[in-house]
Amino acid sequence: MPSNLLWADKYRPKDLSLLDYHKEQATDLKNLTQDGDFPHLLVYGPLGAGKKTRIMCLLREMFGPGVEKLKEETMSFTTPSNKKLEILALSSMYHIEINPSDVGHNDRVVIMDVIKNVAQTHQLNMSSQKDFKVIVLTDVDDLSKDAQHALRRTMEKYVANCRIILCATSISRVIPAIRSRCLCVRVPAPTEGEVIKILKNVASIENVNLTDELAKEIAVKSERNLRRALLMAEASFVNNIRQGIPKPDWEIFIQKTANVILKEQSMQSLASVRNNLYELIVNGIPSEIIFKVLLEDLLKPCDSSVGANIVEEAATYQYRSVQGNKEIFHLEAFVAKFMCHYSGLVQQMMEFF
Amino acid sequence: MDFFLKSGKLGDASSSTKSSGGSKAVKKPKLVPWVEKYRPKTIEDVVEQNEAVTVLGECIKGADLPNLLFYGPPGTGKTSTIIAAAKQLFGDLYRQRILELNASDERGIQVIREKVKTFSQLTASSVREDGKPCPSFKIVILDEADSMTYAAQAALRRTMEKETKSTRFCLICNYVSRIIPPLTSRCTKFRFKPLNECMIFERLTYICKEENVICEDVTLNKLVETSGGDMRRAITCLQSCAKLKGKGVPISIDNIIEVTGVVPDKLLIGYLEVCKTRNLQSLQNYIKEMMLEAYAGSQILEQLNEMVVNSDDYTDKQKAIIGEKLGTVAFRLLDGGSEYIQLLDLGCAIIKAHNI
Repeated sequence: MPSNLLWADKYRPKDLSLLDYHKEQATDLKNLTQDGDFPHLLVYGPLGAGKKTRIMCLLREMFGPGVEKLKEETMSFTTPSNKKLEILALSSMYHIEINPSDVGHNDRVVIMDVIKNVAQTHQLNMSSQKDFKVIVLTDVDDLSKDAQHALRRTMEKYVANCRIILCATSISRVIPAIRSRCLCVRVPAPTEGEVIKILKNVASIENVNLTDELAKEIAVKSERNLRRALLMAEASFVNNIRQGIPKPDWEIFIQKTANVILKEQSMQSLASVRNNLYELIVNGIPSEIIFKVLLEDLLKPCDSSVGANIVEEAATYQYRSVQGNKEIFHLEAFVAKFMCHYSGLVQQMMEFF
Repeated sequence: MDFFLKSGKLGDASSSTKSSGGSKAVKKPKLVPWVEKYRPKTIEDVVEQNEAVTVLGECIKGADLPNLLFYGPPGTGKTSTIIAAAKQLFGDLYRQRILELNASDERGIQVIREKVKTFSQLTASSVREDGKPCPSFKIVILDEADSMTYAAQAALRRTMEKETKSTRFCLICNYVSRIIPPLTSRCTKFRFKPLNECMIFERLTYICKEENVICEDVTLNKLVETSGGDMRRAITCLQSCAKLKGKGVPISIDNIIEVTGVVPDKLLIGYLEVCKTRNLQSLQNYIKEMMLEAYAGSQILEQLNEMVVNSDDYTDKQKAIIGEKLGTVAFRLLDGGSEYIQLLDLGCAIIKAHNI
């Protein structure tokens, strides 16, 4: 094994029996593959909980080590309006992995085409191979409603030649019709204890000294996201940090932005906040996360009645930002609304004194 | 519309499909989902829906049908009933006489104008190839008709009347209120009730016996309870559990809960308790923890709703406030709102309700 891999990839379990947590689920998945066939799957769980790891383990259990020989290829599609689309796909002899939401609202074309392509190619050598291929679709919760409806029909139609594994962070955005057609596998995040155990394990294999306090700190800071925890551990080892792991840059940046908002509620500060928000969006931080972290930081100094109002505003604007396509308006509107509420609160306090 | 062309030259079309279909059927016998396998074969097998079944039974005896409109919650046998009836009416000719369109097919106004209209204009003969009589009409099944656009529904109005000689329509939907009145007035309406719990139980026990699944009555009861009168959901769950556990291993209640994605009551009670403390900070922390467990937001809301409505801790006014917020939040979640923020919003509404 090459040693220049990141820890998170290097210590990714390769077999269902080697998984560190959710053991019972692992046995269940093993049972699932027993008679050489499985239904469509929908694997869901928070980031870094090990969804992809479980999918790969399952495929390996099913097809043998051949699934790890991956090659990258660019697939191109043409939409009905003659627009060319390109998408990156990872494939092995047995499966193909794509992220259709990369192409935005044209995802429907990709799904229809890929599934049809795969489903219409029969395996030549039936005796040595399974008679179906597996399509792994990631980030299903970002798919448009159109694409999800298209999936629903195609899933049933081509069940003989292909199996679909869907991977999603939260399934509230997956339409019920798809949920009812799949076997849903829930992958909860590992507990802090489990994260600490895994960190310790990795550290001892790597011959690195990892103190209990540091392991604990990483587990808490990573918010039970195992991939993040491993990356943090590796980073702290490389930079020789013994304690006080820094937060990610963008989180600090949002915090700074929040401080600007809390300090002064005026047009000027709104303008400078706008620059900050643009900066975040340009750097590819999803607006959902900006909303969440910003809301948390802004709520800290508020009492519960004002807080409730602000949460309500945040909920409205976040929802609108998903509906529309220019996130900046909604983020800014939320900030302005917050300033409005907050300055009212500040004034009240002044009068009180 | 391929199958019409095929039916023109019946001889070679049927022989070729038979040969290729035959070899496939031998190879993949186990891929059939139980839902399909145990679909009622005749309308007499359809349970509970007495009204619809008796009327349809009479119709089949007279070899004629009115235009139909079936509505009711999912998994109550709407599609099964019409398919069983059509099979009984047409027998082998089933494939040629049925046009089935559901929400995943294109169903805009264009399709109604072209596909449905052309199909309905074709006349059907009243004798089979072998000389036996056969009803001289075709059936267009529009499944999930409530997701059709109003324009498409409107386009159907005249077609439906004009082609009564050769075609019957069967609309199937969950919400009859989304079908435009001119269409409902042209159809005989049947409401499909949610299935009785013991009916589902009986069916599940039968399937368990047929498929050699070991499952205790208590567990089956839990399954029936979570299904909420939806037969399809219950059967799919049973099959998933059986597959997960492998052969010969009994299914436990925990398996059922895991597969159906039901949120443990403990978690929800905790949520309501935290709301009672009126502390925003602890509410935030609790929701964060809850998100990491990865339960479906919509499921959480559904169960919360049940809990709040049936609880004695809240006055009617409080319940009304919470209920209103629940509606908004559920709608936003389905349209892509962030789970964390929406649940927090709901929490704040509950806190507000407590402060009254």
